[in-house]
Amino acid sequence: MDFQLSEEQTLLADSVESWLQDKYDFDRWRKLVKTDLGYTEENWKTMAELGWLGISLPEDAGGLGGSAVDTMLLAERFGRHMVAEPYFSTVILGAGLIQAAGDAGQKAEWLPAIGEGKAKWAFAHAEHGSRFALNEVRTKAVKSSDGWTLSGKKIVVWDAPSADRLIVLARSAGGDTDEKGLGLFVVDASSASGGAGVARHDYRTVDNRRASDIQFDHAPVLAVLGDPANAMPAVEAVVDQAIAFMASEAVGAMAALHETTLAYAKTRKQFGRAIGEFQVIQHRLVDMMMQVESARSLALLASLKAAAEPKERAKAAAAAKVQLGRSGRFVGQQAVQVHGGMGMTDELNVGHYMKRLMMLDTTFGNADHHQRRFAALSD
Amino acid sequence: MDLEFTAEERAFREEVRSFIRNSLPPALAEKTRQRIHLDKADFVAWHRILHARGWGAPNWPQQYGGPGWSPVQRYIFDEECATADAPPLVPFGISMVGPVIYTFGTDAQKQKYLPRIVSMDDWWCQGYSEPGSGSDLASLRTRAESDGDHYVVNGHKIWTTQAQHANMMFCLVRTDPAAKPQEGISFLLIDMTDPGVQVRPIISIDEGHSVNEVFLDNVRVPKANLIGQEGKGWTYAKFLLGNERTGIAEVATSKQRLKRLKDIARAEQSCGRPLLQDPDFRARVAAIEIDLLALEYTNLRMLAAENAGKGVGPEASMLKIRGSEIQQGLTELACEALGYYAAPYEHRPDGSNQPPVGPDYAQGRMEAYLYYRATTIYGGSNEIQRNIIAKMVLGL
Ligand SMILES: Cc1cc2nc3c(=O)[nH]c(=O)nc-3n(C[C@H](O)[C@H](O)[C@H](O)COP(=O)(O)OP(=O)(O)OC[C@H]3O[C@@H](n4cnc5c(N)ncnc54)[C@H](O)[C@@H]3O)c2cc1C
Repeated sequence: MDFQLSEEQTLLADSVESWLQDKYDFDRWRKLVKTDLGYTEENWKTMAELGWLGISLPEDAGGLGGSAVDTMLLAERFGRHMVAEPYFSTVILGAGLIQAAGDAGQKAEWLPAIGEGKAKWAFAHAEHGSRFALNEVRTKAVKSSDGWTLSGKKIVVWDAPSADRLIVLARSAGGDTDEKGLGLFVVDASSASGGAGVARHDYRTVDNRRASDIQFDHAPVLAVLGDPANAMPAVEAVVDQAIAFMASEAVGAMAALHETTLAYAKTRKQFGRAIGEFQVIQHRLVDMMMQVESARSLALLASLKAAAEPKERAKAAAAAKVQLGRSGRFVGQQAVQVHGGMGMTDELNVGHYMKRLMMLDTTFGNADHHQRRFAALSD
Repeated sequence: MDLEFTAEERAFREEVRSFIRNSLPPALAEKTRQRIHLDKADFVAWHRILHARGWGAPNWPQQYGGPGWSPVQRYIFDEECATADAPPLVPFGISMVGPVIYTFGTDAQKQKYLPRIVSMDDWWCQGYSEPGSGSDLASLRTRAESDGDHYVVNGHKIWTTQAQHANMMFCLVRTDPAAKPQEGISFLLIDMTDPGVQVRPIISIDEGHSVNEVFLDNVRVPKANLIGQEGKGWTYAKFLLGNERTGIAEVATSKQRLKRLKDIARAEQSCGRPLLQDPDFRARVAAIEIDLLALEYTNLRMLAAENAGKGVGPEASMLKIRGSEIQQGLTELACEALGYYAAPYEHRPDGSNQPPVGPDYAQGRMEAYLYYRATTIYGGSNEIQRNIIAKMVLGL
């Protein structure tokens, strides 16, 4: 048993943290998320230069070939600073799916550009009516002599407004809920409106990110990643990796909330003493800490099992996601409560963390969804 | 024991229901369903409709312009308003300062202010909290110094709800810095249009604007605006808090929220069936419905005591605690029911012809969830309410 970070990993964590402390303080964050883009190209470029975009990419694609733990360290710090650049969509989902399902040519063509910060990707999977079931897909992929086209509607596609390419989960065969018959279809999304056959409706989300609802109407497909009728194994693997990332991001956000709240409880005085002297507040802070630590343990487990055999991997991811959801809510809500009126203001980071944690709970299925998934997998 | 309302009470319910059906503009009901922070004109419009019917101050006795309803009638009225999605009544005039004025005010104050509260010609706000004095309100520092027949007021109030709409504020100020904290406090009525009053907005986590900071800089307040005796402000403030205790459970609005939650869960799909048929989700809805039922009957028990003329004591803090927790649970579950469509957060201006993102029933759910985090903080936080019960009811 060894939970120690290697020297390189400590170095990585420290350098990420120090860059973010320097460049990503809350005041800057507030301005940055209010711009049209919702983040800055400059930061994206820097992340490429620092090698962050390539951490998880293979070395032959110009990446660092890092482990899931490396990504976890990054994610936790991204959570702590609420990093808004589309890392999750591009690197974890986009590059993740290309790596898991793409052929050698596709990897050679697309992965280096991702590592260099030259291409942004987004993953369109959710549909209204399917709730969190990945396999319940009504968007259709149809093949004709001109190639594949897509028709249907995807909702809440994170980071789609600034993506160059979309990977769309669509059905080439089978019934609405069949595991088989699904494929990953790459669509050009570089034009402002979405391109031929693609109508994008962009919006801001409650955590100040950007997303789109996208209507496909015989939209031409640029490429297919892997088997057009058997993408689910790759999708599930990548989604579980994504869950490990989100779980670590959530740990960063929760830890920041706990620290902020603890500091507030020590300094805010009512009735002539720090509110942290009231036992009910003390117990609350202890409960928050236990939630953070449980989430940390399961985030770690999900990262370490990210490449394990499917059932083991899925159980660890499901457990981490349940914990993320429950802990994130508790920690977010109690941070607001202990801050009193101050916790209700948009000017404090507290509410913003709470909102981010809610979205992390929702994305790829909330705690209820994954509890059920865990139950189905556990003997 | 009898669980049923009397025939007169049922007839009263019919009367209220049909009045609301005929007079609440549908667009206003729709807006109330979707928004927390209504515009001033929306609140005023509904208040004036009620006022024209003689119901501008539903909780007041007849002699001051109220309908003289019993606590049970008021309860029925609240329930009918909530069921119809009527805008909430602004509490600061009719529920808060009004009863203080008719109980402790001078005849001149009654004549001047009460009719304008009933008609909503004045909009009141509550200037209690200060940056350093929230839960420990008695430590407040806003000073009122005597200067002839005026007080000169200096201080800083915060979290003042709807101060941006208000032309009047009832305010706790310190008139005697030497006295014990509670004894040096006075209750003043301040004209917000006077020189030296400045209102600054605070944007809340839902990105809406209801709360404010109010800066008082050498504001000259006529001594005629003092309520009761100097130094007795704390007594009046406590009276105000104790007033209308059975209304704070918000049972009626929660019942309406529960109904809407079920509507959403019926429309949303999960695994090929309505979300409401999903056993896990259904169990969560049932759990909160049971909580609400328990609250409703606890509230009715206290209401019956109130109706029989028995005062309701500090145990009413239970209603505030459970009521706020249930409101938060319901707004949270509504967001969860939406799945991914909880995420989009764009504010469309009134009359926008842009279609909303997601289904209509998704509009405003997240805003309500976020703003309702405040229900366990304001009006005495739930921690403070538990302290009160522990001390006053349990003698701990
Ligand atoms: C949306 C909103 C609207 C409001 N509207 C108004 C208004 O119109 N007018 C007005 O005057 N005020 C208003 N308030 C202010 C409200 O009454 C205060 O926020 C409340 O009294 C808490 O005070 P505080 O914010 O200073 O928190 P604090 O008193 O600093 O409390 C911080 C935390 O410590 C806890 N705490 C404090 N003391 C104790 C104790 N002894 N034991 C255990 N825990 C304790 C609290 O419960 C809370 O969790 C509003 C507040 C909000 C959020």
